[in-house]
Amino acid sequence: MNKKVLRIYFPLFALPTLIAFIIGFLVPFGMGIYLSFCKFTTVNDAEWVGMRNFKDIFADKDFIHALWYTALFAVVSVITINVFGFAIAMLLTKGIRGTNIFRTVFFMPNLIGGIVLGYIWQLILNGILANFDKTLTYSATNGFWGMIILMNWQQIGYMMIIYIAGIQNVPGELLEAARIDGATNGQVLTKVILPMVMPSITICTFLTLTNSFKLFDQNLALTNGAPSNKSELLALNIYNTFYGRAGYEGVGQAKAVVFFFIVGAIAVAQLFFTHRKEVQQ
Amino acid sequence: MKNLKKGVALAMAASLSVCAFAGCNTKDNGTSTPAETTGSGETTSTVAADATGGKVYYLNFKPEQAELWTQLAKTYTEQTGVTVKVDTAASGTYEETLKAEMAKSEAPTLFQVNGPVELATWTDYCYDLKDTSIYKNLKSDDFALIENDAVKGVAYVIETYGIIYNKTLLNDYFETDGAVVKSVDEINNFDTFKAVVEDIQAKKDELGIEGAFTSSGMDSSSDWRFKTHLANLPIYYEYKADGIDSTSAIKGTYLDNYHDIWDLYINNSTCDKTMISSKTGDDAASEFALGEAVFYQNGTWAYADCISEGLTDDDLGMLPIFIGGEGEENQGLCTGSENYWCVNSKASEADIQATLAFLDWVITSDEGRSCLANDMGFVTPFSTFDDGYQADNALIKAANEYIAAGKTAVSWNFSTIPSEKWKDDVGNALLEYAQGTGEWDAVVSAFVDGWAAEYEAVHGAATPDA
Repeated sequence: MNKKVLRIYFPLFALPTLIAFIIGFLVPFGMGIYLSFCKFTTVNDAEWVGMRNFKDIFADKDFIHALWYTALFAVVSVITINVFGFAIAMLLTKGIRGTNIFRTVFFMPNLIGGIVLGYIWQLILNGILANFDKTLTYSATNGFWGMIILMNWQQIGYMMIIYIAGIQNVPGELLEAARIDGATNGQVLTKVILPMVMPSITICTFLTLTNSFKLFDQNLALTNGAPSNKSELLALNIYNTFYGRAGYEGVGQAKAVVFFFIVGAIAVAQLFFTHRKEVQQ
Repeated sequence: MKNLKKGVALAMAASLSVCAFAGCNTKDNGTSTPAETTGSGETTSTVAADATGGKVYYLNFKPEQAELWTQLAKTYTEQTGVTVKVDTAASGTYEETLKAEMAKSEAPTLFQVNGPVELATWTDYCYDLKDTSIYKNLKSDDFALIENDAVKGVAYVIETYGIIYNKTLLNDYFETDGAVVKSVDEINNFDTFKAVVEDIQAKKDELGIEGAFTSSGMDSSSDWRFKTHLANLPIYYEYKADGIDSTSAIKGTYLDNYHDIWDLYINNSTCDKTMISSKTGDDAASEFALGEAVFYQNGTWAYADCISEGLTDDDLGMLPIFIGGEGEENQGLCTGSENYWCVNSKASEADIQATLAFLDWVITSDEGRSCLANDMGFVTPFSTFDDGYQADNALIKAANEYIAAGKTAVSWNFSTIPSEKWKDDVGNALLEYAQGTGEWDAVVSAFVDGWAAEYEAVHGAATPDA
């Protein structure tokens, strides 16, 4: 009876959400794809130009640079955030005094918005670099490490919480059995804990990877692409193309479509590979 | 029973989605007629306006004057009953906001562009203003954007920039031993100016300042002073030498002069030149206002910032930007406009007429003229302001003195720069050169090659040189 009722009413109850989803996501997405083939100034006044926008993308050196810069940034930040996040999670599951305070403190940066963090770190880092008569926007390298530091500071706490939950779910008897069998600390970590927290690793790498690729606010606030657009990540490049250049709205839109496929492909591939490594208890 | 449940559920789901739509609807109405909220008397006038069908929606560019525009609109609504909505884009986001607003069904009826280049984006949306009061009262066609005989935009504020200086500090310098010149009147060419600046920089401790110039910040809040306003001078002299007023390919005849003045700025300033990438417009303004620097390249709009920290009108003066062009002894300040009113041609006829009526009121009524001239501090190009509605501050006075002295004002040729990207590329190259990570050649290339490339990108390769 219950199941049958559910089956009958399901479409009905899903309707409001479905409508919202269509208005808020599917329609803009479809429009976005359509507009990437158009020349336009305002989105409801577009003229079809075919593949021209996509050809223009790859003539844009800044976009290619942003692509590699973003890829490098994603690799470095995924590794650093997850390594540090996991290490802190290990420390804070040892039962040391003040564990809860530390967890809260580490988590808190995540509650502050990207723009605000960007400006705060800009002040801090410029303050430090001023001693060497340099600034964050002096070169793309400075900007790169500035963003890595910022992202680590912001995301480590969040990933730490996920890892803590994973580590606490490792059954005590497994650890005890490993100890009795004479496993060293290193062996316990690599042979027991890591395989057991693999689901957490999957979700954390997924989050950090997509976050790094889509990073916008922090980039805008911290360096805004300076100098010479060399510290510009993909999302900012798309934004600048769309809003910064008259007549390039279509190209910006086409870049966004390409961007969607890149992020989608990477995320799916990453889920596939880490998922395979997960073990059942 | 089952049917009843089903019916109730259906009704509830339906009402939920209806609520969602109704929600959008009320919100829409709310934003399009904000005048309704001003009081009970307003409601009737709004109804009256709706009866004639005309509404005005002004998307304002200048956040400094946002409040004043809203007040002025309210006054107009009280007098005529026509709804006027004023919205202001946040600083630096006008283009984005305009793009988004124009896509709405309640699009702005009145908006603005900054010159011929931005006009190219919006030209299809510009109503021909030829038969309107704002164009007829314009003192000169120089202040209108005219394309194929159609008046697309009309300037509403005239601004002037140059090198603002601190009179008190400069006079202190004149009294030091071995001062290069003894009076500001003697500074009428680049070489003298350079000698003065370098001498001031050498004596900065004696004068109690941090540097001759304020920091030449290349943050986006300040870089336009150099990649646009300063770049105007080599463009101006080249146009003058070639007898043209726009070009598809700039030659860069005066780029060495641009090089000289840029070197002068960055080498004689309050901060090390490797630091300028993060210096902001506010940094430079406060350095000047606090008396840490003598010279500050900016314009009449910066008046409020200049006096914010205790400087008075007597401390302020303005010098032309000398770069070593021919006949610069008679060069005046740079005067022009980059604020042009445009009326949305895609709005309904009633809205267009309402907008034109509103603009007419703004430049002819006492309230409108007084608000623009006295409260907003605008120097306007309209003849209707001649009888006693003149904006007045120390910088505008300085600008008027140059005109009275018969100096030739430098026109704002940067409005012919092919695109924003050109400015960005030149700015980037200037910064890289300044901090030592790039060569001056990159500036030359961005300036000359970039101009041709951007002109082609914007106008299409087929367009022959006009």
